[in-house]
Amino acid sequence: MSSESFRTCPESGLQFHKPAEMLMRANAVLAVVILLIGGIAALLVTLTRWPAVHLLPPDLFYQLLTAHGVNMLIFWIISFEMAILYFCSSTLLRCRLATPRVAWLGFALMVIGIIVNNLAVANGDATVMMTSYVPMPANPNFYLGLILFAVGALLGCFVFLGTLVIAKAEKTYEGSIPLVTFGALTACIIAVFTIASGAIILIPTYLWSIGYINHIDAAMYRLIWWALGHSSQQINVAAHVAVWYAIAAIVFGARPLSEKVSRTAFFLYIAFLQLASAHHLLVDPGLSSEWKIFNTSYAMYLAVLASMVHGLTVPGSIEVAQRAKGYTKGLFEWLRKAPWGNPVFSGMFISLVGFGFIGGISGVVMGTEQINIIIHNTIYVPGHFHATVVIGTTLSFMSLTYFLIPVLFRRQVMLPGLAKWQPYLFGIGMSVFTMAMMGAGTLGVERRHWDMAFTGSALSFDYPASAFTMMGVMGVAGMMAILGGGIYILVTVLSVFFGKRVESTSEYGTTTSVLKRAAPIIVPEGGHAAAGRWGFAAPGTFLLALFFLLTFVLYYAVNWKYLASVWPMS
Amino acid sequence: MSAIEPPSEIIWWKQPLDRVEGTWITLALVWSLFMFFMMPFWHVYGKQNLSNEAYRTTPQAFMAKTQAMVDEYTVRTDPATNFPVVRPPPGSDVYLVARLWQWWPLLEFEKGQTYRLHISSMDWQHGFSLQPVNINTQILPGYEMVMTVTPDTADEQTIICNEFCGLGHHNMVGKIYITEGGQ
Repeated sequence: MSSESFRTCPESGLQFHKPAEMLMRANAVLAVVILLIGGIAALLVTLTRWPAVHLLPPDLFYQLLTAHGVNMLIFWIISFEMAILYFCSSTLLRCRLATPRVAWLGFALMVIGIIVNNLAVANGDATVMMTSYVPMPANPNFYLGLILFAVGALLGCFVFLGTLVIAKAEKTYEGSIPLVTFGALTACIIAVFTIASGAIILIPTYLWSIGYINHIDAAMYRLIWWALGHSSQQINVAAHVAVWYAIAAIVFGARPLSEKVSRTAFFLYIAFLQLASAHHLLVDPGLSSEWKIFNTSYAMYLAVLASMVHGLTVPGSIEVAQRAKGYTKGLFEWLRKAPWGNPVFSGMFISLVGFGFIGGISGVVMGTEQINIIIHNTIYVPGHFHATVVIGTTLSFMSLTYFLIPVLFRRQVMLPGLAKWQPYLFGIGMSVFTMAMMGAGTLGVERRHWDMAFTGSALSFDYPASAFTMMGVMGVAGMMAILGGGIYILVTVLSVFFGKRVESTSEYGTTTSVLKRAAPIIVPEGGHAAAGRWGFAAPGTFLLALFFLLTFVLYYAVNWKYLASVWPMS
Repeated sequence: MSAIEPPSEIIWWKQPLDRVEGTWITLALVWSLFMFFMMPFWHVYGKQNLSNEAYRTTPQAFMAKTQAMVDEYTVRTDPATNFPVVRPPPGSDVYLVARLWQWWPLLEFEKGQTYRLHISSMDWQHGFSLQPVNINTQILPGYEMVMTVTPDTADEQTIICNEFCGLGHHNMVGKIYITEGGQ
């Protein structure tokens, strides 16, 4: 057992294995570079869809929209997730990383895949959007790049699983794996499913693009492709929920309200999230309503239930931890006195609220079989998934970065004043941006469309003035979010490459320590709920959760009412 | 730092639920089941449902059926596009072709009457988006989708393509004119 290359971080107490540390750094840096590319595309795409600006010509707009989608939804997030997988296995379990060489091979394949795919898009003959729906053809390298990237990511997943096996065999921890590692394991299992689906559809599509296969059925493509496309966003959900729990533990020392509930909720993700392929096929020809209803509801909304559980237990665990520290006044002192100036916390909390209120509710509403008729392929759809993937996943990864810069990179965060404001700028900008898109989508504005004014078309259509206003609000709020994203990249790059070194020393040595179980729960006088109210350990969180449910019910009802005003159809 | 440490209890799955969790899970589960049953409920009692009636077809076969309808029921030619405007009889099968970058032909319906609208693509995937009523469906090559629609307003509806289909995508616009009944 090679144990000469471990160091313990004096501030956090985390123990890093050198090969894992290098891989985490490489993957995180790669992710931020991709975020920059995707961000520049985001700026130009937003400036084009903002009707008053309408910057780019159509060909360039569609090309950059393709680049934005692939880089952000696939390359940025999965690269960062590889760093999270290594962190949650090797670092959290104090274990050596399994087969670092294979992990580096995976990393190399990911980098090559990213380059090959981006060059194909830059070449101008792969403007097919992220979804690359057949039979619209793309340069074969577009698919090849995705396949290479996916194989690389799959190797990373196997390294993660291998590390879990080693940790168990070498007894580097007591008892069960930590909840956060359990969440990462959930993400990894979903990732393996996702990548397998991707291989099943992208390899034949690649063979079709080079002329070896002569036909790919459009409906079959959509069914299997979305088992890649939607499930890859479910990797994100599992990963960013794990990050929420991690940040609650790091900032507040919070423990889950109950391990059983939180782990069962993660398990529900594994069991049901993959059904989400159906969300994209609700108005497709050739599928029965029975199939659509069962699958779009993730089997009676059991995966939605899981997210609602995490939405309660993450802030609930923070509330219990804060109350234990004496912040017991009223229902919300624990929240008021939270460290709002610390971007690790503020980013995570905005991510949680935005993911639930904006992304979660809109996702369930538009994923209702019949309501999808008034939403499918409108700009409401990107409005929804920017709330889940950008506010939910990207913002939580950003807040984790502020923790990782001193711990993993051993540098101090530069421009701390800007970093403090970054989550607010990005989170609030993105929230307004997504809600404006949903508003415009409700008025029928299309997604992936160059000109909502139809200039130069033989036949035309005038959207209501309110739709143009909404798209204008989207543009302004988008600029705010892009500024926030730019500050994140600036702070991260400056800190990692030019930041002052952390003063404490953290030498590599030979000693490793076994990860002990958490300290036993000290039940306060009068039972577990004594610090709360009404017999609830986290009454403030419960009230917030009720407010969430009320919002959900009202918004759901409003959309049914809107649907009822549409032409009768059967 | 407990969520990043192993659980304090070895037998953690026997730890009792907090009341806050138990209450919330119950509420959330009831809401989830309500939302689930809302979908079949609407199939029975609601008026806006897709029939999911669909057939495999080929561009040639579908075009032939559309051409037959156009030959029989064209009432005028649209001056801007030179496309035929077709007024099929109420209750009949109506065919609409999606192709790069047109919805063909233009249609004229009567308010309050029911039509069986068949749509298919001649080439790539398209998005049928009817505005301002806001009905959106996916149109695939090789599949003929059938929607039974009953226009309930007398106005001009525009068909927009909302699935990206190449450089002319944003110019792919069609029309369904709806006239008052009894004309």
